Amino acid sequence: MALYSDVVMDHFRNPRNVGVLEDADGVGEVGNAKCGDIMKIYLKIDGDRIQDVRFETFGCGSAIASSSMATELIKGKPLSEALTLTNRAVAEALDGLPAHKLHCSVLAEEAIKAAIQDYYERNGIPYDAALFPQESSHGHDHCCCASETEAC
Amino acid sequence: MSIYVDNAATTKMSPAAMQAMLPYFDQIYGNPSSLHSEGQRAAEALAGARARIAARLGCQPREITFTSGGSEADTQALLSAAHLGARKGKWHIISTAFEHHAVLHTLEALERQGFSVTLLDVHENGLVTPEQVKAALRPDTCLVSVMYANNEIGTVQPIGEIGRVCREAGVLFHTDAVQAVGHLPIHVGELQVDLLSLSAHKVHGPKGVGALYARKGIPLESVIYGGAQERDRRAGTENLPAILGMAAALEESCAHMEERARTLTLLRERLIDGLSQIPHAVLNGDRARRLPGNVSFCFEGIEGESLLLLLDDRGIRASSGSACTSGSLDPSHVLLALGRPHEIAHGSLRLTLSHENTQEDVDAVIRAVTEVVAYLRSISPVWRDLTSGKTEFILKEAV
Repeated sequence: MALYSDVVMDHFRNPRNVGVLEDADGVGEVGNAKCGDIMKIYLKIDGDRIQDVRFETFGCGSAIASSSMATELIKGKPLSEALTLTNRAVAEALDGLPAHKLHCSVLAEEAIKAAIQDYYERNGIPYDAALFPQESSHGHDHCCCASETEAC
Repeated sequence: MSIYVDNAATTKMSPAAMQAMLPYFDQIYGNPSSLHSEGQRAAEALAGARARIAARLGCQPREITFTSGGSEADTQALLSAAHLGARKGKWHIISTAFEHHAVLHTLEALERQGFSVTLLDVHENGLVTPEQVKAALRPDTCLVSVMYANNEIGTVQPIGEIGRVCREAGVLFHTDAVQAVGHLPIHVGELQVDLLSLSAHKVHGPKGVGALYARKGIPLESVIYGGAQERDRRAGTENLPAILGMAAALEESCAHMEERARTLTLLRERLIDGLSQIPHAVLNGDRARRLPGNVSFCFEGIEGESLLLLLDDRGIRASSGSACTSGSLDPSHVLLALGRPHEIAHGSLRLTLSHENTQEDVDAVIRAVTEVVAYLRSISPVWRDLTSGKTEFILKEAV
């Protein structure tokens, strides 16, 4: 299908790191079923490094592909580096996303940040709140739409 | 292997319809408005096609206007009837919440012109009743527009009874019959419709052509400005090959309507039975009063687009709702009109069969949908929360 790039389709058909980590050190969930996307990221953290990562996603093809690519981009990386992952980097690694699907890459970035934040809070590790979105897509009353992707 | 089950989006052209078009590209290629013999041969062909289509609908040839398709026919029908009403001081229109966007967006344009529109509830089973129409009628109602069969969930409306209500009240009645044509009997007199839209490509005819029936005496205003073609009701040189293709496709589908409906209904029931085995799934729309080839389901805990893409990988060409809205992030307005919550409406699948589908196709679709739904649920955090008891199922049990 020409809707998505080959990379998107590959990650959608053969998602990397899909599943659950029962003994996760940090878990982040963003999105809203009413809007059609929910992403959940599980992190296993060793020292300051992401030893392992898994995801579960309810959503469209690009949501699943974005989750898969984002987990690949942070696996084995130090937390400080994972925190710099942007939605743009996820979308670029996927060889682009259609404009009305860019919000999927935003959710992937937010889900990773939410999982890292969860890890910090569970362990009482002080962190710079400015590195995290003030409000994730969790409580949004309305769905992210194409017109909002300008800000993404 | 490819199994095409998206016939409500469009159909494969029938060989007869394709053959019927060919002479009009390079043999009878004149402009029907030209006075020379080439033009007059084309004009005769045009008149012949008009008469054949009129015969299928039970109306006079003069009552048929050719258009570029269903959307144009809907637009022209609504604008014409509304403006006719406005000239008599009638500014109220009744329609339903689950019409095709060709109707809904035209109604929005009319609202901006000052019309008030009542959209009737379609209930959980996707059906409106003549009583609802009667109750919504006002002294200033100029038009009622109710689709014959819904394009997403296939429910068939009681058009004849609604037609009677409208006729008794002296209010014009339009029906979008794009999905019904070729599948359900259509006789405009018996149905008591004043305006009816149809399209060729839903019945194995060519794309880009349709027709609008307007009962004698109802003036149509052209939505295309230009020449005086179609007796001033539709400007532009007539698309003669497509019109001949439409006539052939319509005749063929009407000739086989009963036998195909019988076969399709059996396949449909087999498909519904098979998909009903999937837990926490629901059939959309009344089970009995639906098009012979339409199956529409929602599956809890998954999203429809990923379902479609994985079915496509397995050679199954399906749709999540209407193809027209697949670029949108919002769930189908039709499913929301049935009262499906957003999170359920996102997990929709539409399978629309044609006479070319077989029992083997249906069984392959059942297997594939069952497996893909199970896989997507296995990677869905929503499904995990539902099965662990953290959240409650909305669809309590299989249909």
